[in-house]
Amino acid sequence: MAWIRKDLLGLEDLSREEIELILTTAESFKEISTREIKKVPALRGKTVVNLFYEPSTRTRVSFEVAAKRLSADVINIATETSSVRKGETLIDTGKNIQALKADIIVVRHNCSGAATMLARHLDISVVNAGDGWHEHPTQALLDIFTLKEKFGRIAGLKVSIVGDIAHSRVARSNIWGLTKLGAEVTVCAPKMLIPEGIEKMGARVTYDIDEALKEAEAVNVLRMQFERDEKAAFPQQLEYFKQYGITTQRLKKAKKKIIVMHPGPINRGIEISSEIADGENSVILEQVTNGIAVRMGVLFLVAQARDNNGGNHTD
Amino acid sequence: MIEKAKILDKEALNRSLMRIAHEILEKNKGTQNLCLIGIRSRGACLAQRLGALILRIDQVMVPVGILDITLYRDDLTMIGSGPVVHKTEIDFDITGKNVVLIDDVLYTGRTVRAALDALIDFGRPKTIQLAVLIDRGHRELPIRADYVGKNIPTSKNEIVEVRLEETDGIDEVVIVGQDKPG
Amino acid sequence: MAETILIKNGRVIDPANNLDTISDILIEGGKIAKIGKNITAEASQYIDASNKIVLPGIVDMHVHLREPGREDKETIDSGSRAALKGGVTSVLAMPNTEPAIDSIQSIGILKEIIKRSAKIDVFISAAITLGRQGNQLVDMKALKDSGAIAITDDGASVEDEAIMYETLKMAKKEGLLVIAHCEDRELSAGGMVNAGFTATRMGLRGISKESEYLRVKRDIAIAEKANARLHIAHISCAESVEIIAKAKKRGAQVTCETAPHYFSLTEEAVLGYDTNMKMNPPLRGSSDRLAIVQGLSDGVIDAIASDHAPHTDNEKEIEFERAEFGVIGLETILAVSITELLVKGALDWSGLAEKLALNPARILGIDKGTLGIGRSADITIVLPQEEWLVEKKGFVSQSKNSPYIGKRLKGKVAYTIYSGMIAYSGISKNQAQEH
Repeated sequence: MAWIRKDLLGLEDLSREEIELILTTAESFKEISTREIKKVPALRGKTVVNLFYEPSTRTRVSFEVAAKRLSADVINIATETSSVRKGETLIDTGKNIQALKADIIVVRHNCSGAATMLARHLDISVVNAGDGWHEHPTQALLDIFTLKEKFGRIAGLKVSIVGDIAHSRVARSNIWGLTKLGAEVTVCAPKMLIPEGIEKMGARVTYDIDEALKEAEAVNVLRMQFERDEKAAFPQQLEYFKQYGITTQRLKKAKKKIIVMHPGPINRGIEISSEIADGENSVILEQVTNGIAVRMGVLFLVAQARDNNGGNHTD
Repeated sequence: MIEKAKILDKEALNRSLMRIAHEILEKNKGTQNLCLIGIRSRGACLAQRLGALILRIDQVMVPVGILDITLYRDDLTMIGSGPVVHKTEIDFDITGKNVVLIDDVLYTGRTVRAALDALIDFGRPKTIQLAVLIDRGHRELPIRADYVGKNIPTSKNEIVEVRLEETDGIDEVVIVGQDKPG
Repeated sequence: MAETILIKNGRVIDPANNLDTISDILIEGGKIAKIGKNITAEASQYIDASNKIVLPGIVDMHVHLREPGREDKETIDSGSRAALKGGVTSVLAMPNTEPAIDSIQSIGILKEIIKRSAKIDVFISAAITLGRQGNQLVDMKALKDSGAIAITDDGASVEDEAIMYETLKMAKKEGLLVIAHCEDRELSAGGMVNAGFTATRMGLRGISKESEYLRVKRDIAIAEKANARLHIAHISCAESVEIIAKAKKRGAQVTCETAPHYFSLTEEAVLGYDTNMKMNPPLRGSSDRLAIVQGLSDGVIDAIASDHAPHTDNEKEIEFERAEFGVIGLETILAVSITELLVKGALDWSGLAEKLALNPARILGIDKGTLGIGRSADITIVLPQEEWLVEKKGFVSQSKNSPYIGKRLKGKVAYTIYSGMIAYSGISKNQAQEH
């Protein structure tokens, strides 16, 4: 099948085949990062703009590395350094970037739906690097990629996602992506952090961490952000670690070969113990490596979809 | 599209490959420092076959790699259906080696140009030689093959199809063309 | 100068007089002079209304005209022209202007603007509390004497129960209608879309149905205790319909309205983060939509009002979470009602005229909503079969935030007659000749 979308906004919109195409494309890209010259000319002459309205080093750097390994030129715009603070609207900023003849905007925004809105108003490609609590498709894709690498399959895989599901775009994208590929997803958190209707996305809900870990072949541990505004509706930090933290003690009751994932940055001792984060079940650093391949695949696919205009090649 | 002529049948195809295998060994004075890299997808099959033939002739297994040149193409954005990127599999160092690049058909030369760029990103070979099963002319770049199975004069609106058992279930080379060739 | 207009052969609908018949109407001196078959009269204008529906001019009891203060969104001039295009001849203007209509001074400013630029009847509602802050009651008597016919803090609910009780008692004494915006902000704070699956999958905070219907329940209870009349604005969910149905059954003096978007759209429409689908209360589920339709057809819901809430592109073409709540509706209220209720059989023409004209006029206590002899000639003539595409550029309203852009609607206003004058004609020369 061929990729025809100019944008990647979320995994909810994608078909199983489209997700699989991204994964197989990413597989081919992974080898490039192992070469001595880690660069191919696929996006030579293209310009990728990282438009980040939220501080994020790792996602931004990952996209930047991915774009550069495809030979694209990369421009980073962060809120601190742009006209964004002078009150320019998101659409105006996007149109200005388009007028600079950029080809792809990678956008991170604290408002849900920001990437969707931008894509609707622009002709150039938009890749969602996280919008509010809505979706973070490339993170989920790299999580799924890592699982597929480890297990050779996604269908039937038992994956638990633990943490602040309510405010997590990583959780949402993972649920959409994993369930489309046939995985059995369980979400686990204190009740106040489970959003209403999440089971309609295809996930099973449990409030009991031991139950979530019992059958799981992989656990994705979300970052807990206790600095959020709704303090009243949050559990106490220590209490959370005691009840939901992923520790050696707790994993003793899980499958021996359970894979532990985390989208980073890790809060050691808050949602995960150092021992586990650095232990043999952890694939956290492999996720980072795979993130490059997945983002290379995504950038490549949206770029070639946008200026696909037919032609033939028989050599 | 109609099938116009069969250029090579199974036997002729195998004879051509055997000759190329001998020529490669002759020119490189054996298998020392020799490696074969096929361009996906049929070039890769041909590379495997040439590797097997060389093993039969010289009892030496030369390294065989597969090169996907999609990311190096100069017409990436003009391919109608959206290209599918496959893996490149070269698990040996090509620096200092005599690399024989292998493809099924040599036409405009653009694929080989892309393959040369890709190879050079992998290391610095001593030499790069080119082996093709069919050379059909109409070059757009200054590129020529070192080993050719068969030269076939064609018109631009014809298509040369190399079919191999591994990919197509049959070994043959045919020319297909439009009903009314211009 | 009022003209003499003779409307020939229209299907005249007037539920107040139990009328649904092909008839002629003669208008003289701004008033309805005669209704009957084969009227012959010397008229300055003739309207061939054959194959058309003749309705009492629409009374839209929930309209934000934004003037004074937010003339960038809408003015009384642009709003009343939009109304005429939609077949609306009377509106109740909401008081959440800048300044709010909470004093004799601000009502004076508003009346001055109405006098100067209104092209329809603009009735005035005043705030319940000063600055709509929910703390201090306005001087109801003074506002009533200055021309207000209703009071509401629309956009916000009166949080304090004691103040709400006081409001209802005093409004009863002064003969003012109290209109309640029912929303418990404690429950809806930060909400953007219907709570539940929609909010979860969009990654937004939800506005629960509880935040609406619990307040509906509370306000009705207070009204019953005060033995006063209460009108509930823009109900959106099944539970509200049910609560109001029960209250009516036990004799509470409660009326209510809904808006076209609640019987034509569901929360599915908001999934693409289209800010023109963002309103408060939010679009609900399909069972709620059906309950609203049912409530309209069985009479629990008295009126349809547009909740016309104009916002500029600057306030709408931004991130969903930052965009203003509200949609425009004056120009589509009739067509959406025809498309969704009449065509689908929930209401007949008389039922539609009741919800859009007669009932709101009765609730407001104004002499409108019927085609009775001697009444002011406010008449809307409709091409019932005409289909049209809603386009952004087609709106007369100064703001274009309609949820129906790109949709096809059935039923088009051919003429709007206000006070005996043809104030709007939506009929092209060609169409006029065809008939």
